Amino acid sequence: MDSVLFFQQMVNGFSLGSMYALIAIGYTMVYGVLRLINFAHGDIMMVGAYAALFSMTSFTLPFPFALLFAVTVAAVLGVATDKIAYKPLRKAPRISLLITAIGISFLLENLFQVIFGGAPRSFNVPEYLEQVVSIGDVNLAVSAILVPIITLVLLACVLFILYKTKYGMAIRALAFDIQTVNLMGIDANMIISIVFALGSSLAAIGGVFWALNYPSVDPLMGVLIGLKAFAAAVLGGIGSVGGAVLGGFIIGFTEVVAVAFFPDLAGFKDAFAFIFLILVLLFKPTGILGYDFEKSRF
Amino acid sequence: MSKFKILHVLFFALAIGFLFLSHYYFAEYTQSIVNNIAIFIILAISYNLINGVTGQFSLEPNGFVAVGAYVAALLLLNADSKLYQFDAEEPAGIILALHTTNFILTMIISGVCATILALILAMPVFRVRGDYLAIVTLGFGFIIQLLAVNFPAYTNGSLGLNEVMKVAENGDTSRYTNIFYSGGVAIIAVIVILNLIYSKFGRAMKAVRDDEDAALAMGVNTFKIKTMAFSVSAFFEGVGGALLVGLLGSVSPDQFTFFFTFQLLIIIVLGGLGSTTGAILGTILVMGGSEWLRFLDEPMNLLGYQTEAYPGLRMVVFSVILIFVMLFARRGIMGQMELTDILNKFKKASK
Repeated sequence: MDSVLFFQQMVNGFSLGSMYALIAIGYTMVYGVLRLINFAHGDIMMVGAYAALFSMTSFTLPFPFALLFAVTVAAVLGVATDKIAYKPLRKAPRISLLITAIGISFLLENLFQVIFGGAPRSFNVPEYLEQVVSIGDVNLAVSAILVPIITLVLLACVLFILYKTKYGMAIRALAFDIQTVNLMGIDANMIISIVFALGSSLAAIGGVFWALNYPSVDPLMGVLIGLKAFAAAVLGGIGSVGGAVLGGFIIGFTEVVAVAFFPDLAGFKDAFAFIFLILVLLFKPTGILGYDFEKSRF
Repeated sequence: MSKFKILHVLFFALAIGFLFLSHYYFAEYTQSIVNNIAIFIILAISYNLINGVTGQFSLEPNGFVAVGAYVAALLLLNADSKLYQFDAEEPAGIILALHTTNFILTMIISGVCATILALILAMPVFRVRGDYLAIVTLGFGFIIQLLAVNFPAYTNGSLGLNEVMKVAENGDTSRYTNIFYSGGVAIIAVIVILNLIYSKFGRAMKAVRDDEDAALAMGVNTFKIKTMAFSVSAFFEGVGGALLVGLLGSVSPDQFTFFFTFQLLIIIVLGGLGSTTGAILGTILVMGGSEWLRFLDEPMNLLGYQTEAYPGLRMVVFSVILIFVMLFARRGIMGQMELTDILNKFKKASK
């Protein structure tokens, strides 16, 4: 293994991991406040990628605006799914909430299949992102460098919002105890909307970056990516944003490194997330940075 | 014999009568729907045992059904057709050696294989609880599906196994699964599972569901109870897998993604989580309903305006209906009640 290839794989792992991390944050925050595995989250990511694609091809928006458009669409969709499918069920058994989440997921997948067809569409990557930069002997596309940097900046923003602002404090309080939060005069529904908007925006950015790296989008792209991102969130400790980021990076790195160094394992690439997850949960049943939700509520 | 036992016997007599009727008088298409519904009843009530009655949020039936289906396909195909079908790699010796045309034996072996897998998985799976259990079992289901793709010497990889059909001496082929097999197993499964639910073990299962710590404190061996529910449900899911192969004549890894599990989950939640009657009703509604909605995928004539065919529209409408039903019937159709509970209520009300 020469150092050039090694370095390149490291960058790839970093970039893949950062995309998982972006998506995993949405899962972990929604789980934190609603105790809901939001199966529709991966599909919101897919919608974001489609929104970016169509704003570039149909409306000929430049890429940064397309990204912004995707974020807006996803945020609105995230809040709307909460209002329509989750909010009426706040006091219902949690399983009903889960089924409506699956319903929303099926709905988005099939709606996009009906409207845009099931075949993957190629994503036109802007030229300036495809240019190759050479650092020593290592050749990297601009996007491969830019994506992780933007992701890290975004992650820093999210952590800032969560731990340094009053809304962040409200979100964390909500995750701790939703009943008491209502008593303290905080509008829980508004905070939940913020959580959905924030999580969906990050998912959309993750989806657009995904489409940049593997230049195509399809209506079912969110399924597997979403599941792996959820596995990342649980691996890191669900409910903990730092844990989601950590889990995302662990899974991204493992996938890239294992396939690069052990090509025989390529067929199991998609299973690493779960194998890792199962191993970690066996020894630390709440994930790496997680705490026990069921106990913490008493 | 109490009034309710008579009622039960009456129901089963009706069910058996229906099986005869559909076997001899229904068209082939209707028969395949009846078969499908019967198979999904088996899957739904056994999934309900672990998920609804014992309250362990497992998302793994796709794995168990896949194991059952693959075992059945490998047993039913003869050595020649295996050699012919395996493209990527030569089939392993043991795969070639195993063959039987006895469908009942095949179903039992499929079920036993799934049970063995459940017993092996119980140890790691039940170390975690609640939603963590969900994600771990989802992971195992996913890994089983990937194993089927990545061991082409045993499973023919992503192509799967085809033409699992009974071949008569004159060369005619027919399905292994018929209404009597699928319906018969469904009736047996209902009897076994209802008896289990109303036994000592069933009460322990419900105790585990309602409060695991309290059950543990009262001396219930919760791990044993969970494992038992898991293995019984795995057995019937394996048998259901064999029936599916016998009906469809083929098996491939992408049949058994977690969509399969979600479909079963939707069925049992819609019917009322924890209610066997509900699981049966849910199956009939979901399977029958999605069959009925099939017209949506075809070109339509709306008020004189001819629309194109929109493949997938059926699932769009299905998911919208699903969301609405969940929003307005939160505990499903039956809640946690069985048919007998409802009759009991009527009896009390009329007194």
